[in-house]
Amino acid sequence: MSIEVIRPGLNTTFQDRGRANLYHLGIPFSGAMDTRNLLITNKLVGNDKNDAVIEFALQGPKLKIKQNNINCVVTGNVNFTFKKNSKIYNGECYKTFDLNNNDEIDIISTNNSMYGYFSISGGFKIEKKWSSYSTHLRSKLGPNKGNKIVENDLLQLNKNVKPIIKKSVDYSNNKIEFIRVIKGTNFDYFSKESQKSFFESQYQVTNLIDRMGMRLDGDKLNNIKSENIKSEGLIKGVIQVPPDGKPIIMLSDHGTIGGYPKIGVIISADYDKIVQLPPMSKIKFKLIDVTSAEKLFKLYSMETKNILDQI
Amino acid sequence: MIKNISNLGDAAIYCDFGSEVNKEINQEVINYFKTLTSKNIKGITNLAPSYNKLIVTFDLDVINYKELVEKIINLKPDEISETASKRKKIPICIDEEFALDIERVSKNTNLNIKEVYKHILNKDFYCYMTGFVAGMPFLGDTNKNIRLKRLETPRVKVPKGSVGITEQFCNIYTYESPGGWNIIGNTPVKVFDKNKEENPILIKPGDSVQFYKITKNEFYKIKE
Repeated sequence: MSIEVIRPGLNTTFQDRGRANLYHLGIPFSGAMDTRNLLITNKLVGNDKNDAVIEFALQGPKLKIKQNNINCVVTGNVNFTFKKNSKIYNGECYKTFDLNNNDEIDIISTNNSMYGYFSISGGFKIEKKWSSYSTHLRSKLGPNKGNKIVENDLLQLNKNVKPIIKKSVDYSNNKIEFIRVIKGTNFDYFSKESQKSFFESQYQVTNLIDRMGMRLDGDKLNNIKSENIKSEGLIKGVIQVPPDGKPIIMLSDHGTIGGYPKIGVIISADYDKIVQLPPMSKIKFKLIDVTSAEKLFKLYSMETKNILDQI
Repeated sequence: MIKNISNLGDAAIYCDFGSEVNKEINQEVINYFKTLTSKNIKGITNLAPSYNKLIVTFDLDVINYKELVEKIINLKPDEISETASKRKKIPICIDEEFALDIERVSKNTNLNIKEVYKHILNKDFYCYMTGFVAGMPFLGDTNKNIRLKRLETPRVKVPKGSVGITEQFCNIYTYESPGGWNIIGNTPVKVFDKNKEENPILIKPGDSVQFYKITKNEFYKIKE
């Protein structure tokens, strides 16, 4: 009952909804970067919403199935093929398909996005660490001893007792014009011009991007008060500005303490969108207040529920 | 006492206990952290205590900013209990292989290398908080003469075990990670051990820490 890893892909890990209540030790939430896709993936293969999936970034894994009657799915905006009885088929995301012993799946790449997901009915046979299946590479926590999935790994599967039912759903992560932001606790550290240009100019996602954070390039933000603050807690979505004036967005595997001023925080409803932006993407930020952000989150939650209800 | 309370984004609360960094304020933060932990308020997903701030994150599907602020304002923190403070001795090697920024520190402080270490070795430091990466202790206060800013552009990779200084603080990188502190040595001991599920951190907030110098040979012996 296993899946053999022929090629691991660039950054392939087990993830679930994340690991709460450990910030005080220095351990972030982690979890699937794109929560909505995690939930859709689990629902499509009939697993629990708290089950783990395989997350990959840019290039995905090539896997060989070592078991009959495996029901699987790929989500995201992903190019993939599968080999069934030695015949190769083009894969379709958000649509379950079944594979048998010695069939293969080749997840070639994500299209114009960062993360995609793969899972199977019944789920993977892995253990929780501090109540979560999520992998946190920096502290080597989670399944697979906290490591990425590598070549020749044998991913063990739970006993698959579920009958195969074909399922699919129509979904695509909408392109967005703006990333909406609430003022950070150090917004007034920046010059009036920089406060303005932060919301008017365009920023570009650089190559320095991973599950911890995303460095941006664009207009330098001038700090007129203090380039450092006393180190304090961080949360995902915080936009920090180091002395070089280029913003860094904290993502799911972020360090839990930071000493750079916080110019803003990305609203919860836009988090799934920002994480999907690959290097070279252009972003514009838009300022909103907490009340509007809460409304947008309600909408986001309702939308998620509607998608899941269709499955 | 919380001096100011505000939102950090739409799903976190930022409790400000003041701008100074000292043991008294830090004890209050730890106190609120402990009280909130024991109260188990529905919707709270994480607590990040630091020198003089406490960040509380919550699940927007369960509670919102206004509702939770109300609860935090009305919270009566438990009596301040002196954190059972422990003294920890940590070996460090200051060989140039590990002291990545010592030249910069020496230059920017106008002290020779020996003088810099006089302010670091065998001095008592108080642990204010742990975090950034798992188990990293933030220690203070260092002597006024060795206080420096962080690096202009943070390093993409700081080696595991690195001991760094910035402002009046000192820390230990428990994992290889990005970071902007001035690195002046390295310790071979395990400051964070994930296998000790109940008690994974060696240095806790409130503890007292002293660094002592070891040779490169001793470093690699302990590392084994």
